[in-house]
Amino acid sequence: MKALKLSQSPDNAIGSLLKYLFEQNKISAAFVLCKNNSRDYFYGLITDKNLLEKITPTTPIMPSSAGKMLSKLTMLEPLTSPIAVVLRPCEMRAFYELIKLEQARPDNILFISFTCKGVISIKESKDGFEEKIEAYQKNPATELTLPGLRQCCQICENFVPENADIILPLIEKNDLNNTTFLIKTEKAEDFVQGFEAETVEEELNDTEISKIKEKRARKKAEVFANITPDKLGMKGLIDIFGRCLNCHACGRACPICYCNLCYFDSADSEVGPKAYEAETETKGAYRLPANTIFYHIGRMIHISLSCIGCGMCTDVCPVSIPVGTIFTRVAESAQEVFKYIPGRNIEEKIPILTFKINEFEEIGEE
Amino acid sequence: MQTEPTIIGFLCNWCSYAAADLAGNSKLEVPGNLTTIRVMCSSRVDPVFILNAYFQGADGVLVAGCHPGDCHYQTGNYYARRRLALLIKILQTFDIEPKRLRLSWISASEGQRFSEITQEFAKFIKEAGPNPLKKKPFFE
Ligand code: SF4
Ligand code: SF4
Ligand code: SF4
Ligand code: FES
Repeated sequence: MKALKLSQSPDNAIGSLLKYLFEQNKISAAFVLCKNNSRDYFYGLITDKNLLEKITPTTPIMPSSAGKMLSKLTMLEPLTSPIAVVLRPCEMRAFYELIKLEQARPDNILFISFTCKGVISIKESKDGFEEKIEAYQKNPATELTLPGLRQCCQICENFVPENADIILPLIEKNDLNNTTFLIKTEKAEDFVQGFEAETVEEELNDTEISKIKEKRARKKAEVFANITPDKLGMKGLIDIFGRCLNCHACGRACPICYCNLCYFDSADSEVGPKAYEAETETKGAYRLPANTIFYHIGRMIHISLSCIGCGMCTDVCPVSIPVGTIFTRVAESAQEVFKYIPGRNIEEKIPILTFKINEFEEIGEE
Repeated sequence: MQTEPTIIGFLCNWCSYAAADLAGNSKLEVPGNLTTIRVMCSSRVDPVFILNAYFQGADGVLVAGCHPGDCHYQTGNYYARRRLALLIKILQTFDIEPKRLRLSWISASEGQRFSEITQEFAKFIKEAGPNPLKKKPFFE
């Protein structure tokens, strides 16, 4: 496909492209990761092109899911003028799921994304973060032992942003001085028309990509080997989630959990004598906070078909529960039932929003 | 100490709930430990309701709706079936017995069938013993 080459770092090249799009009035805003200082990264919707110097789109941090933030911007009405969005593959897949869930709209968005090496935990975003980033940048993508790299990223096989309009092949190259934009869609062609850069023909490097995929798949198998039904059960669940505070931060940060009035935050979840007596009667005690495991399995029921394995949930957990790893594991088996891959295809319905007449006949008793 | 198992039945207003009524009126036997909850359609049952029932001590859960093709809202029961398929898969991932969950299609005229299915399910649950979720330990 058509590609544009620049001898600039990825962040600067993205900045140049966005600046061009602003100057040509092709976009009215850019939605992109910004940096205030090493403790403060955030997603910003920028309309003043002079503020583009604050952007840092490829810094390996995900302060919130861009997919979720974009749904906030587009939920009530579609965007009225085009914007360019720079986000990671899983964030884009989350956004697609939110569109399917009628929580977001895709109109007027130019999607720019890149092959993704993963992100470092938000908790590392403090003084000294720069050194971690530097180490991260030097390391090849097959190196999964970087300190602070999210476990969900270490096992993520969907790091190629299949649906983006413009893709930067970052991790196969690991080159900080040159940048390539793969112009994937006709829409993207229109946008970049006239942008000054060397035009070449280039495809994604499948050999390198499969190498990274293989490595991550192996890691995933290793991690999942410890999360099998026989190791879980109620006892395993208590082992994992026992210290859960029931703060629900994991759900608030999860791009797929969108309900403003969550059932698990409702009065139905309060526990009076009626609720605890049933347990105290048999056990002589009642554990608080109550309903933690109920919350987690409940959340799995609600979102596992759309869980895109981003690891936001793990990242925000104050007591370091590997929420995302467990959810990704459960999501994989749930998605397998319906052969569904979340965020892959915008036309494909989420399995519980559709059905076939002749299926699962063994479940309903005739 | 509880000896009889607890069974929760989510019954669709248009069919299975009417079937339960008919069973009662016809003096057919229905298990005494079945607590029924009327829903407007089997698709009203969020699998989280079922999970909630288990966590609160139910030993078995029955979801009953109109026969495929006969849902009052045309297709609700097909959605319900998919949701339960999802629930079963998730329970299996945690080694939590999905056999304690039953989905049955019982029309308004099938009072006899309602009586048979609920009795058979009650017997099955009694043999299966108490729901392990209930036995979740306080200390290991
Ligand atoms: S989950 Fe995958 S796509 Fe998302 S940040 Fe991690 S590596 Fe990138
Ligand atoms: S459950 Fe966790 S890993 Fe899955 S989509 Fe939500 S935040 Fe991401
Ligand atoms: S963020 Fe952690 S402590 Fe809070 S509810 Fe989720 S798992 Fe529990
Ligand atoms: S109305 Fe009975 S199952 Fe839908």
